[in-house]
Amino acid sequence: MSAFVELDDVSLRYGETEGTLAIDHVSLGIRQGEFAAVVGPSGCGKSSLMKLVTGLLPPTAGQVRVAGKLVDGPLKIVGMAFQNPTLLPWRNTLSNTMLPLEIVQPHRSRLAQKRAEYVAAANRLLAAVGLAGFEKKQPWMLSGGMQQRASLCRALIHQPELLMLDEPFAALDAFTREELWAVLQDLWLERKFTCTLVTHDLREAAYLADVIFVMSARPGRIVATHRVDMKRPRTLDMTFEPAFIEIVHTIRNEIASARSAAGSVTTETTA
Amino acid sequence: MTRGRRRLEMAMPWIVIFGLLVVWQAIVQIFQIRQFVLPAPTAIIDALLQYREPITDHALFTLVNTLTGFAIGVVIGVLLGIIIGSSRLAYAGLYPLLVGINSVPKAAIVPILVLWMGIGQPPAITTAFLLSFFPIAVNVATGLATVEPELEDVLRSLGASKLDILRKVGLPRTLPYLFASLKVAITLAFVGAVISETIASNDGIGYLMLQAASQFRVPLMFAGVFVIATMGIATYLIFALLERRLTGWATRRQETFFGGG
Repeated sequence: MSAFVELDDVSLRYGETEGTLAIDHVSLGIRQGEFAAVVGPSGCGKSSLMKLVTGLLPPTAGQVRVAGKLVDGPLKIVGMAFQNPTLLPWRNTLSNTMLPLEIVQPHRSRLAQKRAEYVAAANRLLAAVGLAGFEKKQPWMLSGGMQQRASLCRALIHQPELLMLDEPFAALDAFTREELWAVLQDLWLERKFTCTLVTHDLREAAYLADVIFVMSARPGRIVATHRVDMKRPRTLDMTFEPAFIEIVHTIRNEIASARSAAGSVTTETTA
Repeated sequence: MTRGRRRLEMAMPWIVIFGLLVVWQAIVQIFQIRQFVLPAPTAIIDALLQYREPITDHALFTLVNTLTGFAIGVVIGVLLGIIIGSSRLAYAGLYPLLVGINSVPKAAIVPILVLWMGIGQPPAITTAFLLSFFPIAVNVATGLATVEPELEDVLRSLGASKLDILRKVGLPRTLPYLFASLKVAITLAFVGAVISETIASNDGIGYLMLQAASQFRVPLMFAGVFVIATMGIATYLIFALLERRLTGWATRRQETFFGGG
């Protein structure tokens, strides 16, 4: 089975030849409908990797393919969510959620005629993440966790094939974060989009992902790949089982050694 | 906050103004200050009533010049702001030029304008425009340039064009900046119109005040000042109200403060 997202020996350098090397010869593949997580020490180029996959940045060397096609400009089928919810303060929650529908075809040209259908779909999605009753509220009336739920809805409303999450839960408190893991897992199990989650929370990565890519410190390389073969839907209790803790522990050690080896040349290759 | 206190807050501006007028009147009468040095408020009111017809005519002339210049300033200012705010190249090229234009004292330009356009309305409108477009352009550009890059990424990865991003995010986000600048720009437009009328016009409040000064009719001069100030405050209030209606989301902190009290 060929990969849905495929990075082939990709490097990224900011600026000219003297610039910072952010990504160094990275190759990886993510299958269709798979949940992938990218973890690593801070500043290792995780976010740069996201920009490469979505086509917001062109690679300096190597090739990025999504759905079999070479990425040479911003993709149009992606949903994105960041640590900062970036909701628009002049729109209410429902209208914020529906923003992608005003941009992505074919929804864009259908929106005026089938408004009621789209509103119903958005309301269903909001209800699924626990925001029923908050549709008409302005973003600043919502708590941080609720804003992040709305941000997730905005990333998913146009049913993207690819969801890119850049530390979406990093600014939330531990309980809200775990709640949102479950919300995200439910959405993913229901819709089966391909998902890439960038995070520095190892428990989060192990709980959510099918496959975890561990990156080294700058310049970012893939130092290890782990498959998490626990059954779905996963529960929070499972995160306290020995097998789970074992995975988290292994990754932790890999990142620790990647941090200490920062700067020197590592010879490890993709597992 | 209790209702009585809130009412007091509403009344505060009037209380302060009235109090100042009373103190002014008292000082003039106690120290017997001559009218051509500082006229008493009552004398100014007398002048206002006595000359109400010429004052109204001149005030309308100034108001039309100001609003026309301001309207042109808004159109040009917004367009320039959009261009500067959305293109780094345009920013690099145009910004120094704009700062240069803005730092020239406008009173020094009026004679040049008179040379080109004659006296009266045209230079007054142009001066009002020249003073008012700059803050508008700068504020619109700032609003556009400070759109969160992540938000732009979200939209770009949906296949949004530059125009889409401008329409959906840039312009709405810029509205609070725009209104903040409109409130400054409208008062500057009055300054511009009056400067030009003072130097080169046979109509307008600026001309009226110059005439009154040359004849030592000091109460009439002060009446002119009063009329300009009133028009300035009135137009300012109109924009402040519009701002509250259209960009309530940006001033929410105040509202919750009052609501929560």
